[in-house]
Parts: sequence; structure tokens; C-alpha cells
Amino acid sequence: MHLEYKVQGGNFSKAGHASGEIKKVLKQLNLNPMVIKRIVVALYEAEVNIVAHAYEGDIIVDIDDSKVHVVLNDRGPGIPSIERAMEKGYSTASPLVREMGFGAGMGLPNIKKNTDELNIKSVVGEGTTVDFINYL
Amino acid sequence: MIVKDIVTLLDAHYVNNSGLENENYDVAFASDLMSDVLTIDIPNVLLITGLANIQTIRTADMAEIKCIVLGRNKKATPEMIELAQENEITIIECAYSLFHICGLLYNEGIDPLY
Ligand SMILES: Nc1ncnc2c1ncn2[C@@H]1O[C@H](COP(=O)(O)OP(=O)(O)OP(=O)(O)O)[C@@H](O)[C@H]1O
Ligand SMILES: [Mg+2]
Repeated sequence: MHLEYKVQGGNFSKAGHASGEIKKVLKQLNLNPMVIKRIVVALYEAEVNIVAHAYEGDIIVDIDDSKVHVVLNDRGPGIPSIERAMEKGYSTASPLVREMGFGAGMGLPNIKKNTDELNIKSVVGEGTTVDFINYL
Repeated sequence: MIVKDIVTLLDAHYVNNSGLENENYDVAFASDLMSDVLTIDIPNVLLITGLANIQTIRTADMAEIKCIVLGRNKKATPEMIELAQENEITIIECAYSLFHICGLLYNEGIDPLY
């Protein structure tokens, strides 16, 4: 199964909408609830990161018998040091983002914790790709 | 402690009741930062928060949290209530500060998550 969603940077009222829709699909497929939770937490964190830190992006999900593969692509400022960004507590979130309840610097560590394979690529001034796989 | 008794103890009220009145909670977590909430990896945790926006409900949905206490007299917005209804999440509004809420619940034997 193949799913695609668009994500608008800065639009907090819609942030997490795509993740909510994808969660519904995963539930309909009757996947293990523990696996679903890990996927949707990682997905939601990555979706909110696009809203909070980038201009626009898309989410592509591919589901087969053995795994769920998620790719989030954005056009945005990129991440100068992925190593630093992965540290718990590291955040460049704006005051507006903090007002929305984000900016703990826990998103990327949460994504790492909840995925089986994680690959982040980023080009400063262009954008970021977060690519992860969870096995079923 | 069951939800009904939590509502009484906190002098609070339901803004969305998803039928959890008799559900028991032994563990609670208080935060205004949603990524902190998303570190929760056990089921049946009561969330206490002063953040009242749509992300509160989205986060609860993703983290499988079924009951939220909104402290500091924060009001749930209509879109929060709508999403909570859709996902069967109970929202309780309470005028007390988070510290006050946590103190009362701790006193009744509700444990911290961490
Ligand atoms: N898609 C992205 N584009 C640009 N920068 C990003 C992106 N994702 C993360 N970052 C950078 O990495 C930092 C750490 O991200 P992380 O998700 O861990 O924390 P946060 O988003 O700041 O706060 P939290 O996720 O806890 O609400 C961000 O503050 C930002 O500087
Ligand atoms: Mg984040």
C-alpha cells in the first residue's frame, strides 16, 4: 500500500493531521498496536518538525507484509549538524513553536527510539529527508 | 484512582466525557511540552497539562493517552473537543495550577511515570 500527504510549514492547526490519517489506515490493517504506536509517534514528531522548522514537505508511506517504510521530505533551512540535532534537549524552536507545545528538543531522539532503521539527510538551505523503517 | 473521583478531588468538570468515569489511573505525567509526552511508552497514563491547543489532543492520540486534565483554568477549544470526541479522549478542565493538581493526586497515591 502506498500513501502520500502534503505538509505545510508553519500551519500548526493542521500539524499532525497526516499522521492521524495514517494511524487510521494502520489500525484498519490490524497491525500490532505496539508497532502502530511506535510508527505514529515517530511520524508525528517528524511531521511536526516540518511544520515547526521547514517551509513545506511531503510524507510518503509504503506498507508491505514485512515493514512500514516512511519518508518525509521537506524544503527548508536544513540541519547544519545532524549529530547535534539528535541530542536530547537540543532545539532551535522559535517562541511561536514553543507556545504550541514544542521545542523540548526531544523529537529526533523520540524518532530514533521508535524506529528500527533511521536515516536523516539534510542540505543546508535546501531541505531535509527523514527516512525510517519499522518491521512488522 | 478512578476518573470520577479525580474529577471530584480536583473540583473539576468534563468538557468531553468518553465514558471513562470508572477507569482506574495509577500513574500520571505532567508537562506542557508535547515531545516529553511522546516519550511515554506505557499505556494508561493520566496526562496533566496547561497546554490547550489542538496539538494537545493530537499528541494524546499518538501517545495512546485517553484522559487529559487541563490545569490553570485553560479552556478546551471547539476543535480540541471535536478531535477528542473523534478519538474517544476524555478532557477534564480544572482551575488549579499544575503543581496543585499534581500535589493532590500524589497525595492520593497516584505515582509519577519517571
Ligand atoms: N525538518 C527540519 N528542518 C530543519 N531543521 C530541523 C528539522 N527537524 C529538526 N530540525 C532541527 O533539529 C532540532 C532538534 O529537533 P527535535 O525534533 O529533536 O527538537 P525540536 O523540534 O526543537 O523540539 P521538540 O521536537 O522536542 O518539540 C530542531 O530544533 C531544529 O533546529
Ligand atoms: Mg521536533
